[in-house]
Amino acid sequence: MKILVTAKRVTDPDAKIRVKADGTGIETAGLEYKLNPFCENAIEAAVQLQEKQGGEVVAVTIGDDDAVQNLRTALAMGADRGIHVKLPDAQMDSDLAARILVKLFEQEKPDLFLLGKQAVDGDSNQVGQLVAEYLDLPQACFASKLEVAGDKLTVDRELDGGMETIQVGLPAVVTADLRLNTPRLPTLPNVLKAKRKPVQELTIDALGVDPALTVATIAYEAPPARKGGIKVKTVEELMDKLVNEAKAL
Amino acid sequence: MKNILVIAETFQGKIRKTSLPAVTFAAELAGKVGGEFSIALFGSGVAGLAGELTGFGAKNVYVVDAPGFANYLGGPWAKAVVALAQQAGATAVAAVSDTFSRDLLPRVAARMGAGMVSETTAIVGDGAGVKFQRPMWAGNVLGTVEVRTPTAVFGVRGTDFDPPKATGGASAVQNASIAFADDGKATYVKFEPTVSARPDLAEAAVVISGGRGLKDAAGFALLNPLADMLKAAIGATRAVVDAGICPNDLQVGQTGRVVAPQLYFAVGLSGAIQHVAGMKNSKVIVAINKDEEAPIFSVADYGLVGDAFKILPELTDAIRKHKGL
Ligand SMILES: Cc1cc2nc3c(=O)[nH]c(=O)nc-3n(C[C@H](O)[C@H](O)[C@H](O)COP(=O)(O)OP(=O)(O)OC[C@H]3O[C@@H](n4cnc5c(N)ncnc54)[C@H](O)[C@@H]3O)c2cc1C
Ligand SMILES: Nc1ncnc2c1ncn2[C@@H]1O[C@H](COP(=O)(O)O)[C@@H](O)[C@H]1O
Repeated sequence: MKILVTAKRVTDPDAKIRVKADGTGIETAGLEYKLNPFCENAIEAAVQLQEKQGGEVVAVTIGDDDAVQNLRTALAMGADRGIHVKLPDAQMDSDLAARILVKLFEQEKPDLFLLGKQAVDGDSNQVGQLVAEYLDLPQACFASKLEVAGDKLTVDRELDGGMETIQVGLPAVVTADLRLNTPRLPTLPNVLKAKRKPVQELTIDALGVDPALTVATIAYEAPPARKGGIKVKTVEELMDKLVNEAKAL
Repeated sequence: MKNILVIAETFQGKIRKTSLPAVTFAAELAGKVGGEFSIALFGSGVAGLAGELTGFGAKNVYVVDAPGFANYLGGPWAKAVVALAQQAGATAVAAVSDTFSRDLLPRVAARMGAGMVSETTAIVGDGAGVKFQRPMWAGNVLGTVEVRTPTAVFGVRGTDFDPPKATGGASAVQNASIAFADDGKATYVKFEPTVSARPDLAEAAVVISGGRGLKDAAGFALLNPLADMLKAAIGATRAVVDAGICPNDLQVGQTGRVVAPQLYFAVGLSGAIQHVAGMKNSKVIVAINKDEEAPIFSVADYGLVGDAFKILPELTDAIRKHKGL
């Protein structure tokens, strides 16, 4: 089985993000970058499938020059080779990312395309579904369990209100939720090995993708801050505040 | 964007109330761009529910009722929604952001060639220059977004738009004939609902969430008597869900449910960015944590530093007395 999987570079999910004073973006000085957590789940799933039944795992990132570092993490987790499409985040929306990934899918012809359900910087939750529609493929989003049998994939999906199971024929697009697996930490020997794995660099010009955006973020601001509250010392005091001040009970 | 189609959602044979704030969004957008909106209802055996949607000022309520739509599948549903949008002359499609629409709407957008705004929280400006706001980076940033395509798709954050108001007039109910085009590429197998006697997280006026500080299932169960008394929904952090103590759809946060109840109790949870992203718009927030430095206190209106195992029974008792139960 051949699997295509994403490795998006994102700002450290636990960092406190601040907006630039002029509203043109976020303050990046001193920020660390990581592999998007949902991509980690997707990569782990891809590598596990490969360990079970062989095949090839190709990891792809779209991002500026530094994104190759996160692609190397995917290679250290077990992906066989990488593709780096060079394009700064600021010139991208989910639709453009999806149209680039569609081109790569057409080039690579994988049996399965695994993505994260969401990039934790933009929080859009769109790319996998867009790719599936552009390619007229079945999708299984928010996957928390995957089972392959022949050319069919059975997927448990985490939904509001319960757990759904669907079956999709391959090729298919699957987006990973956090409970799909526990991503492995790359070992030192594998990090070293990853340095020698091939990475192909591409541009959107070479891929023939139109750079036009369908939606563009034109301003960034900090959300209104919550007014600081108070500490109470006892349950009685809390009750008094809830009943008499907040009138919440 | 002048003719907006709102997708109303059903869940287990009923209109999902939490999907209706998209109607409020559409009415507001229609007002700002000088347009109109309609509501669409897809499903099998749903025609009888259309009457619940006719009082909100929509021009039409379209019903697509066919056995094929008994269960959701992304590919065929996206085709059907776009077919209806074309029949109805709709240039925008909107639905409240939840796992149903997050799965469906991007496919609809790709099929329409439309730009999609996820988790829209506000409409800014009007006319041709109308723009939209949406949270990014777990709610640490508010982005202003411009749609650059003639058609548009909106995921609407339900907590940021009120339930729709009754307008008096009745919308025309139209039975639309849209076929369920099964491409055979995906099949529905089963759905296992989270069985709970409690209100849905997104509908409850009071939400009580517990975190890792409650240790295990027995500790977490200390929230139950309090929730019973307050008719509250129970929520959880990712840590609790990962530990298997709660089903996944109780996870509140950046990657789970977003809630904004009148009263939110955060018990034994630290207040990680990802959790706060899903509850910081609650009206009143109470935090109970034994660590006085816990980040949750910086968003709480009332913080009580102490051991939840000691405080919860006391608080439950105090509320019981207050309610005269
Ligand atoms: C990509 C990604 C997405 C995520 N999405 C979400 C999400 O949607 N929702 C979410 O919740 N998390 C999410 N997380 C996880 C998040 O980062 C935190 O790890 C998680 O919220 C922590 O859960 P917690 O507060 O229960 O546990 P902890 O952070 O371990 O906090 C436990 C707290 O309990 C307190 N405590 C301990 N004992 C007691 C006691 N006896 N009495 C009172 N207090 C006590 C401690 O002081 C501590 O503050 C996500 C993480 C990632 C990387
Ligand atoms: N620049 C990118 N490079 C690689 N994968 C991406 C990129 N942007 C988005 N993705 C993938 O698409 C998923 C959903 O992203 P989004 O729709 O932006 O939230 C992510 O979890 C990634 O798997």
